[in-house]
Amino acid sequence: MSGHSTYEPKTGFERWLDMRLPVIRMAYDTVLTFPTPKNLNYWWTFGGILSLCLGIQIVTGIILAMHYVPHVDYAFNSVERIMRDVNYGWLVRYIHATGASMFFLAVYIHICRNLYYGSYKAPREVLWILGCVIYLLMMATAFMGYVLPWGQMSFHGTVVITNLFGAIPVIGPSITTWLWGGFAVDDPTLNRFFSLHYLLPFVIAGVVVLHIWALHVPGNNNPTGVNVKSKEDTVPFHPYYTVKDGFAISVFLILFGFFVFWFPTALLSPDNSIPANPLVTPAHIVPEWYFLPFYAILRSIPNKLGGVIMMFSAIAVLFVLPWLDTSKVRSMRYRPTIRLYFFIFLLVCLVLGFCGAHEPAEQVIPGVTTFTLGDYDLNTMVWLSRVAALYYFAYFLLITPIMGLTETPLPVPESISEPVLSHPASGSAQAAAASNKG
Amino acid sequence: MSDTVVRTNPDPQAPGEDPNRRDFIHIVASVAALGAVGGLAWPFIDQMNPAGDTLALASIEFDLSKVVEGQQVAVKWRGKPLFVRYRTPAEIAAAVKDDHADLRDPQTDESRHKPGKPQYLILIGVCTHLGCVPNFKGGDYGGWLCPCHGSVYDTSGRIRKGPAPKNLAVPDYAFLSDTKIKVG
Ligand code: HEM
Ligand code: FES
Repeated sequence: MSGHSTYEPKTGFERWLDMRLPVIRMAYDTVLTFPTPKNLNYWWTFGGILSLCLGIQIVTGIILAMHYVPHVDYAFNSVERIMRDVNYGWLVRYIHATGASMFFLAVYIHICRNLYYGSYKAPREVLWILGCVIYLLMMATAFMGYVLPWGQMSFHGTVVITNLFGAIPVIGPSITTWLWGGFAVDDPTLNRFFSLHYLLPFVIAGVVVLHIWALHVPGNNNPTGVNVKSKEDTVPFHPYYTVKDGFAISVFLILFGFFVFWFPTALLSPDNSIPANPLVTPAHIVPEWYFLPFYAILRSIPNKLGGVIMMFSAIAVLFVLPWLDTSKVRSMRYRPTIRLYFFIFLLVCLVLGFCGAHEPAEQVIPGVTTFTLGDYDLNTMVWLSRVAALYYFAYFLLITPIMGLTETPLPVPESISEPVLSHPASGSAQAAAASNKG
Repeated sequence: MSDTVVRTNPDPQAPGEDPNRRDFIHIVASVAALGAVGGLAWPFIDQMNPAGDTLALASIEFDLSKVVEGQQVAVKWRGKPLFVRYRTPAEIAAAVKDDHADLRDPQTDESRHKPGKPQYLILIGVCTHLGCVPNFKGGDYGGWLCPCHGSVYDTSGRIRKGPAPKNLAVPDYAFLSDTKIKVG
């Protein structure tokens, strides 16, 4: 889309179509010849993996929708029927359910890649924000999908999440009633969630188109974070990255298949195999693993509204990140100080996830009572998540802006090609290339 | 067509030549379009609110003789659990004793049951934190304990500990006879 097109229609039909709707030209320019930095590593393969995930969810989802019945009296049984009676229904459902987890796994890696290599910085802010929008839509879609099987977790998870909006002063209760379409989570809620669960993935697909468009204006970032300076620095997307992405996708699909065929229920909650019962809440309400860090932040605040605000802020802060980062250097390869804080940040996200999976009052180190301060036992999940949540926000709001001003980055290479050419190993590489020719 | 007409017209006051008139038409048209969209937005939003039949299914009758002393029965009312608890004298005494304790949502036990019927406590069984169903007799006060984030309610259904801000709600209900109530 940027730069001029080198596509030359070869057949008469292609020439005819090119004058009328240049779709082949567009595909050619975006997928085949698009100039791509030559030093992209495997962390750059997750974009392709994510597109595949969206495709898988849409195809399996449409099939599920052919057999699924969005009604409180039939939903649970219709999913059981998909599992037992519909030909290969078990396969389609397990791919869809596992697919949601794989999708989030890929998106988290993709987001962390961007954080590490500073891909959100100018001129890629819009690209980054569109990515954040996709992430939000994914969360909404997955949440509503999880409601559909109408098991105990589906039901009570929905109750808890929709009640979050009730924390908003004055209009909160009307918003929850509006979301429910009644006095409680019930048939109208299930119906509208099904409708929206069907819709949102296509909205995501639309935003993905914008996302890729916004990518193709400045082009890819790369592990050095240095701008592409000349043709020397790039290779055409095909065959270089079609092959690299293809390999990564194959490895990813092995992991995917491992879950689908060997541990299909590992990522599902056993409570969701019990039909929804509005009169009994399961002993232990936990969201899907991909929401756990946010759930931990929600519960770390003892105040209802405060918890909700912090949880949404944890996502909102991502949107403004391009303006919080004061460093001119993109890649953390050349920012050793913040790199350390970044790895702690990754650890903190895992810790938050861990806390989210446990009861707030549960002890972190069982049996230890030394960390008791008056009424407070600091050796509890809730205190651990408080400390972790504090770091989460500090990383974005304090460490990122301050570090950009105070740290001394390492020297950044002149161009993408320079570190390769000046690398001590490149001498022998050239020799090897020469001997290959011979 | 109109363009050519306008250009050949020497009169500077002719329609189309006056930028203010053009602007006016643009503004009026945009406002009208926005108004139409805004007016249509409300029905499209309001359709998601409870429908007529949902609102109509609002009241139930319950036979209190089904509950034995010291026990609770949970029934579904408006899609939510309704707790009907037959309290023991000890539980009532405990609730009354705490009327002036340090309560988050101060209410006397008296105000939470019908006059002369302190044994029957009728509550909406929805935790005022995020809506889970509290467990009967759990927690330090012998009332309820919410499994979700640990809110503790006393034997009057008042919030005593944990994140919930309010007491368990008392629905609108009336005694039809000594052993029968109508809720809603
Ligand atoms: C962004 C893409 C999508 C995500 C992340 C997603 C996620 C989910 C999740 C987490 C579930 C619950 C799985 C379970 O526990 O059984 C689910 C169920 C379902 N989804 Fe999706 N979904 C997506 C796209 C779609 C699409 C496009 C459709 C329909 C066209 C669809 C139709 C369904 C149906 C009918 C169910 C209920 C059957 C079941 O529970 O397995 N989904 N989805
Ligand atoms: S819903 Fe009861 S404590 Fe949170």
